Amino acid sequence: MPWYKRTYDWLERRLQLEGPIKDAALHPVPKSTASWWYVFGSASMVLLALQIVTGVLLALVYTPSAGQAWNVLQSMNHDIPLGWFLRAMHGWGSNFMVAVVVIHMAQVFLFGSYKFPRELTWIIGVFLLLMTLGMAFTGQVLRFDQDAYWGLGIGAAIAGRVPFVGGQLVHLMLGGPIINGATLTRFFALHVFIIPGTLLALTGLHVWMVLKLGINEWPMPGRVVRRETYIKEYNELAHKDGLPFFPGAAWKDAYFAAAIILAVALCAAFYGPYGPKGVPDPTIIETVPKPDPPFLWVYTVLSYLPPEMETPFILIAPVVAIAVLLGLPFVAGVGEKSWWRRPVAVFMVMFLAVCWASWTRLATYTPWSPKMNAWSGAAVPVEFLEKRTPLERQGANVFQEKQCRNCHSLGGVGGERGPALDEVATRLTEDQLIRQVLLGGGNMPAYGSALSPPETTALVHFLTTLHPGYQPAAADASRYVAGQGGNIPPNSTVEHGGGQKDEH
Amino acid sequence: MDEMLPPPSHEEQEKMLERDRVSRRTFLMNVGLAINAVVGFAIAVPAIAYVLGPVLKRREYLSWVDLGEVSQFTAGETKLVTFINPFTTSWDGETAKIPAYVRTTAQKEYTVFAVNCAHLGCPVRWFSESQLFMCPCHGGVYYGDGSRASGPPERGLFTYPTKVERGRLLIQAGQMPTLSNRASNSPCPDVKAQSADSVLVTRIAPCPGTNEPTIG
Repeated sequence: MPWYKRTYDWLERRLQLEGPIKDAALHPVPKSTASWWYVFGSASMVLLALQIVTGVLLALVYTPSAGQAWNVLQSMNHDIPLGWFLRAMHGWGSNFMVAVVVIHMAQVFLFGSYKFPRELTWIIGVFLLLMTLGMAFTGQVLRFDQDAYWGLGIGAAIAGRVPFVGGQLVHLMLGGPIINGATLTRFFALHVFIIPGTLLALTGLHVWMVLKLGINEWPMPGRVVRRETYIKEYNELAHKDGLPFFPGAAWKDAYFAAAIILAVALCAAFYGPYGPKGVPDPTIIETVPKPDPPFLWVYTVLSYLPPEMETPFILIAPVVAIAVLLGLPFVAGVGEKSWWRRPVAVFMVMFLAVCWASWTRLATYTPWSPKMNAWSGAAVPVEFLEKRTPLERQGANVFQEKQCRNCHSLGGVGGERGPALDEVATRLTEDQLIRQVLLGGGNMPAYGSALSPPETTALVHFLTTLHPGYQPAAADASRYVAGQGGNIPPNSTVEHGGGQKDEH
Repeated sequence: MDEMLPPPSHEEQEKMLERDRVSRRTFLMNVGLAINAVVGFAIAVPAIAYVLGPVLKRREYLSWVDLGEVSQFTAGETKLVTFINPFTTSWDGETAKIPAYVRTTAQKEYTVFAVNCAHLGCPVRWFSESQLFMCPCHGGVYYGDGSRASGPPERGLFTYPTKVERGRLLIQAGQMPTLSNRASNSPCPDVKAQSADSVLVTRIAPCPGTNEPTIG
């Protein structure tokens, strides 16, 4: 007997793992599950393993100290050999893991996998999703930069909206009265011990149940799940029209696992690590905090909610969403699995995907935020100044100096919080412009106290020139009545410049 | 492995349990479980109190902070200042520093605003030309007096309680202001003047019994 066989026997006699492992690897699964659609669960687990390995490697260097963490990350990026690559792998691995977990969830939902007897597998899966998102958020905090600091501020502000115990919750979350060293160590413990420990334990349960209950068969229209007959039908399917999980179905998992890890590595090598962005110094207020990709859609939602709805929505919507996910297998635990017979389910997935995609897209250019530097950084395009009177050009100065540009674009440059003003004179008369500037309204602040009368006059005269050359500025119809012999008196006594060139 | 005896069958296990249902061994086992419950509870209480420490200390967080000579604040201007948070540790690094805006009226009255937007806590920026605070995150805008101008905030900027002692401006500070943990102890300041700008704020969150906006 060769030496390696003897060593194997010696170990196996003590460990006795061969039996259970063989049972797990060779258990029959329905042939239909050997599909490329069934690779996302194992891919999630492979990415989890990648995150654990890269995370442990980062922990060799990382220092969870509010005073030092940022410097350590800089040192990892620039001094420690390949530190940047490990950081990049962990950061991109996080994005991939969130994405693959969500795809896995959508797939098992569309395939009806959550139905009897796999209800608990689904419920644990919901918690695994929440914990994956929790890892993404706490991980962003450990990258202790300005985004992390103000992201924590947003978290605290949300916790502060909880009735009765909000104040206590904020202090519990931050580990003190403000975001500081105690906050970072709390999030370090969450990210490194508490959430991963729970995540691993629940992943173990999740996989155990998949092994015990079998992989969900490919749903066929008309093959209805009944509690009385399903187990028997499934076992017949797995044995008569089945194949051993290994290698029959597992080879596709292996290919996909390799592909996804390679994709993470390529992204890491090509795009590099995430930040850290600016120093987490709260006195540097010239910052535009932004969440990491998995939370960009939340950014959009929080910007567009009306003020009165915000607190109820923030506090109630997540609870309802989680309750719906947890309650799903109890409401729809039996019946059709096939998407051909579940139009509402298909519509829901499509609807949520479209919402998610458009909200994420919006958050990449944040049209709701004032562009803080537009007033000083983006000049008024020349075509808006040609053939204008001195007063109107002075108005353009006022327009820039009073930060109007931060919310209003001209020539496609500037903030998008308010409407673009390239052709505002075709929409508002001089009187309406004065009213709007002085009193605000429609989400615009009132500038009455920030503008002197000459400034207002100049500004409004500039605005009345903002119309295309082929279209006159709007005029008040009442002036036709006041006019004599069909002559329309000019809006004011000051000479007016022309509009933009025709081609504009 | 073949030489090993098989584990007791299900029926044999049941039989053994039945035999020991009322016995000294079962009694000792139950007492053992009870002792562990008591010990577990005894160590859980301090552990939970340890975790809740930051909440139990809440009353100590606020104290008066010196912002410097009042002469450095020009009438009619709003100035960004920095102070060291009174409740801090040596490993806090830059995060121990907290910024605030001091607004000085023509009558030399001081209002100190937290930089945190009342919406979700991002740092607002002061634009003296248009007399507005603008938030870079979700687009909240406030007037120079701190009242809400537009965007998602449901109230005006948070203010710290102020007092002037021996020519120095003091504020009561120490915790990050949120809708629950106001920067000031009394959320309803005894401000006399109320501008028309704050009508919306008043509508959303009036102080009880008054028409004052809850700025502060």
